[in-house]
Amino acid sequence: MDAPITITRAGDSSLLVRFGDEISPAIHRRVRAFLESFQCPGVRNLHPAYASVLISFQPLEATHEQIETAARAAAAQTQPSEPRLVKIPTRYGGEFGPDLADVAAHCGLTQERVVKLHTGAEYLVYFLGFSPGFAYLGGLPDALFTPRLSTPRHHVPAGSVAIGGRQTGIYPLPSPGGWRLIGRTDLTLFDPTRQPPTLLEMGDRVRFVQVRP
Amino acid sequence: MITVLAPGLLTTVQDLGRPGYAHLGVSASGAADALALRTGNLILGNPENTPALELTIQGGEFQFQQDALIALAGSDFGIEPWRAIAIPAGGTLKLGPTRTGARCYLCVRGGIAAPLTLGSASVHLITALGGRPIRRGDTLAIGPEPQRPPINHPIEWPWPNTGPIRVTAGPQAGWFCRPLDHRTYTVKEDSNRMGLRLAGPTFESTRELLTEGATPGAIQIPPDGEPIILFVEHGTTGGYPKLANVVSADLWRLGQLRPRDKVRFQTIPISTALTLLREQEDWLRALVS
Repeated sequence: MDAPITITRAGDSSLLVRFGDEISPAIHRRVRAFLESFQCPGVRNLHPAYASVLISFQPLEATHEQIETAARAAAAQTQPSEPRLVKIPTRYGGEFGPDLADVAAHCGLTQERVVKLHTGAEYLVYFLGFSPGFAYLGGLPDALFTPRLSTPRHHVPAGSVAIGGRQTGIYPLPSPGGWRLIGRTDLTLFDPTRQPPTLLEMGDRVRFVQVRP
Repeated sequence: MITVLAPGLLTTVQDLGRPGYAHLGVSASGAADALALRTGNLILGNPENTPALELTIQGGEFQFQQDALIALAGSDFGIEPWRAIAIPAGGTLKLGPTRTGARCYLCVRGGIAAPLTLGSASVHLITALGGRPIRRGDTLAIGPEPQRPPINHPIEWPWPNTGPIRVTAGPQAGWFCRPLDHRTYTVKEDSNRMGLRLAGPTFESTRELLTEGATPGAIQIPPDGEPIILFVEHGTTGGYPKLANVVSADLWRLGQLRPRDKVRFQTIPISTALTLLREQEDWLRALVS
């Protein structure tokens, strides 16, 4: 039996639905199943995360009670659709991954071994959030955990594949950033003219595939 | 057509933003003072969501290549806001530094004709979604005339930007030993459309939050204890606990805060917050009835 959801009125126009308090594939499946079935007029935005969904709505078009009723109905759905497998061709090291050597040194591994471990794992897109197209990926092997840079870079190119603490991710857009860059993909992670605008979707299984520079 | 002779400090095209994409990490953006933009558009007979120029702190200079009807909405940048002003073809509009709050909207009857990205003309500065701030020499097209006639008398702006900013308790309010009320904060210099950073009495929380969703107006407490109010270009999710949420009816006031302004907060129930919002919406509707 799944744990009951908790619903909090986060503000005068938002409701927070919580499915638990931890990062786990099982809770993630419930969050995704919820998003796939939740529907209510007056909703402005849905903000999924590891174990919660924040629903923001137009409070003159819908009430907290209406949103809450729709949320309880959607939470009954616990079976999400079959996830996709997305492969990310990645050039590791050199100019594409200037921090690969540092990551290898920190982890006590050769660069080749870091790449083998990084490409050997399958990752789960827990959700997209923070900035456009940014995927919170779970599944980085423990052996690759590496602290973030003490001073973030001013400019990280789009498509950079990086490790930050216990997480790995891909920068969808050029931006400042403090994660260690180990490679880069030519895929476009975010393109507002495309439908959908993001390459990755919540629930995707992701594999990095090494391509030679 | 409008030619930008001087762009001002930070001038962007804004409408009411692009809701509906938070699940892809895209925050809605849009006018920092949406109440002013909506009012300016209603004065001109435009739909409320019509794109206008958002001027920040310092106005600019604009030459009109065609007859135009404009309205300034928001803070006083040297020309009286809240009324329709006719500009003849060849005429120039020069706006000075602000005399009141942070932002003023230069609304044009017909609107600024800008391309839409994900359904909105709004510029999202950090990601360059929707374009970039305007520069000297840019030309801006004016959109087609709306059907509704403009309001041809000055309107009275009834919403004072004084007194505490009203908030409701945030989802993690219980993590903190006191509310935000009764203390004075100062808006820091590094505040922007992404967030307003506050200097003042700090808060302490020993618990760690699992990253969750966040909306504009959420007041979060990072490890250094100084509150940050998430604003229109906020991250759609975040890992800091949220002590409070600015009520919808006061979100526009955030858009008028300037660096070094002093702010206080008052916690109110959600039911009161919704009454305030209804009053505001009733006033907007009455403008055009």
